[in-house]
Amino acid sequence: MIRTGGGPLSGFSRRRARRLLPIYGLLLPGLALYATWAVLPLVNSFVLSFTDWSLTKPPTPVGLANYERAVGDPMFWKALSGTLGYTGVTVAGQLVLGLGAALLLHQRIPGRSILRLVYYLPVITSWVIVSLVFLYIYNGQAGALNWVLVDVLHVIDRPIAWLAEPATALWAIAILGIWKGIGWTMVVFLAGLQAVPPELYEAAEIDGAGSWARFRHVTLPELRPTSTFLLVVLTIGGLNAFISIFVMSSAATGTIGGPLNSTDVVLTYLWKQSFAQLDLGYGAALSFLLAAVVGAISLVELRLAREQSR
Amino acid sequence: MIGLRRQRSTRRWLTFGVAMAFGIVMLIPFALMVSTAFKSHAYVIEIPPRLIPAQPTVDNFVTAWTGQDFARFFLNSVVVSVSSTVIAVTLGAMLAFGFARYSFPGRRILFAALLFTMMVPGMVLLIPQFVLAKNLGILNSLPGLVVVYATMNLGLNTYLLRGFFSTMPSEMFEAAEVDGAGVWASFRYIAIPLARPGLATITLFSFLAAWDEFTWAIVTLSNKELYTLPIAIRSLQRAQATEWGLVFAASLIALAPVLLLFVVLQRQFVSGAFVGATKG
Repeated sequence: MIRTGGGPLSGFSRRRARRLLPIYGLLLPGLALYATWAVLPLVNSFVLSFTDWSLTKPPTPVGLANYERAVGDPMFWKALSGTLGYTGVTVAGQLVLGLGAALLLHQRIPGRSILRLVYYLPVITSWVIVSLVFLYIYNGQAGALNWVLVDVLHVIDRPIAWLAEPATALWAIAILGIWKGIGWTMVVFLAGLQAVPPELYEAAEIDGAGSWARFRHVTLPELRPTSTFLLVVLTIGGLNAFISIFVMSSAATGTIGGPLNSTDVVLTYLWKQSFAQLDLGYGAALSFLLAAVVGAISLVELRLAREQSR
Repeated sequence: MIGLRRQRSTRRWLTFGVAMAFGIVMLIPFALMVSTAFKSHAYVIEIPPRLIPAQPTVDNFVTAWTGQDFARFFLNSVVVSVSSTVIAVTLGAMLAFGFARYSFPGRRILFAALLFTMMVPGMVLLIPQFVLAKNLGILNSLPGLVVVYATMNLGLNTYLLRGFFSTMPSEMFEAAEVDGAGVWASFRYIAIPLARPGLATITLFSFLAAWDEFTWAIVTLSNKELYTLPIAIRSLQRAQATEWGLVFAASLIALAPVLLLFVVLQRQFVSGAFVGATKG
């Protein structure tokens, strides 16, 4: 027998259920995929970071031991300083050159749209390909860079193995990072420049402001929200640098993070701990430490930007 | 007055000169890649490096395509990128529409969870995803790549499309509802056609991200016949005597579809509308 009506309330809730059901139906497939492959792994990874685990036997809980180990691990600190150095250099380089490129292409010059394509080309080329190209350019004996510096400009006497010298390797890779990101930074700056009201420039011109003064007092302040956005996104990108370092260091020196760990960043160190040492609990803890660093730096940058704009 | 105009025009040419010089510097790595791809092995490392090859040859392209099972790697990349893109765009659009146009219990917390997970570095998820794929028996398989690539793009697609859907005028949806259209009909016949430019853009981004993905592929694939292009190309690079001509010919083959999309859909790439989405 069908149970009918329990008063107006249940009729209401049935109508509500009928309204909600298709909405949840719409969301379910995406949420299921996301829950299985993103949320669940995230939770698992967090739990794993409190265990000792090497794939061969089940994980054993060790409390905070992995995090304590990281704090006392000089190699982790070296990797973190590599990450921060790489990030600082690449973010600054991309911001300065990206802004420069945007200012150039914001003018009405011939070939503007072709030049924009050219600047943007590195952005759409995969990290693996550009890493191999720069590996070729940096070749220690007869790379194009050495040829230019030794035979054309005579700046150095003999070729330098850029990627095999601890003093230069990480910075050589950082130059690739800058080159690859200029086009993207430029496009964002161009969008910001287009949003500056022309009246501001006209008013400044009437007040007798020269081009430098207009740049300093109109363009830069108006670009502040754009710059903040770029600063945060580029920083996150820099802190997560991995493929170029992985490909170039292993190809040039035979070890990931080589020579002499000079190109180690948090992600390469994490990779080696997880997949070479099979120290998966420690690897998970390192990944959360990096996530914490990313979160903390982004918050500081946003806070600083807000204070400056007051 | 004429003096001022002349000054302006000089400045314009100066700007043009600087922009061109900068463009040439930006292009040098590509120029080297292209010219080396057309050089035979004897000439790939030469001093001085020649931009125009002495005896240009297409041998590298032929060897890359035929000698290395490259057609297979190319096909693997196409299959994985296309299927993960279809999933990430379809499910992303459904999620975005639900979040943008309806209120329901759990809406805020679910969306916050989506955003939060999106911001976590991919490497955090790598190990548990590896274990999960192993337990499900899809480690070292193309479906294993597809689910992870679809997930990787789903968050951003949802986020971007939600913005698109929530700016659409509500009157249209209300009118459709009066006419008896349900959630699915509104989605299919009103929201999707209106969101076409946004859909094109996220399709492009999802495809590119999958086409270029390296880290998950190198972790999960151990069978060479399952390789996708990025790891296949990297495997051509050797410790000694790398055949650079071959490496770059293979790279150019992998780059060709991207360039084609780029030229055809330039607007989607460099428009400010979805700024923030292409950063790899």
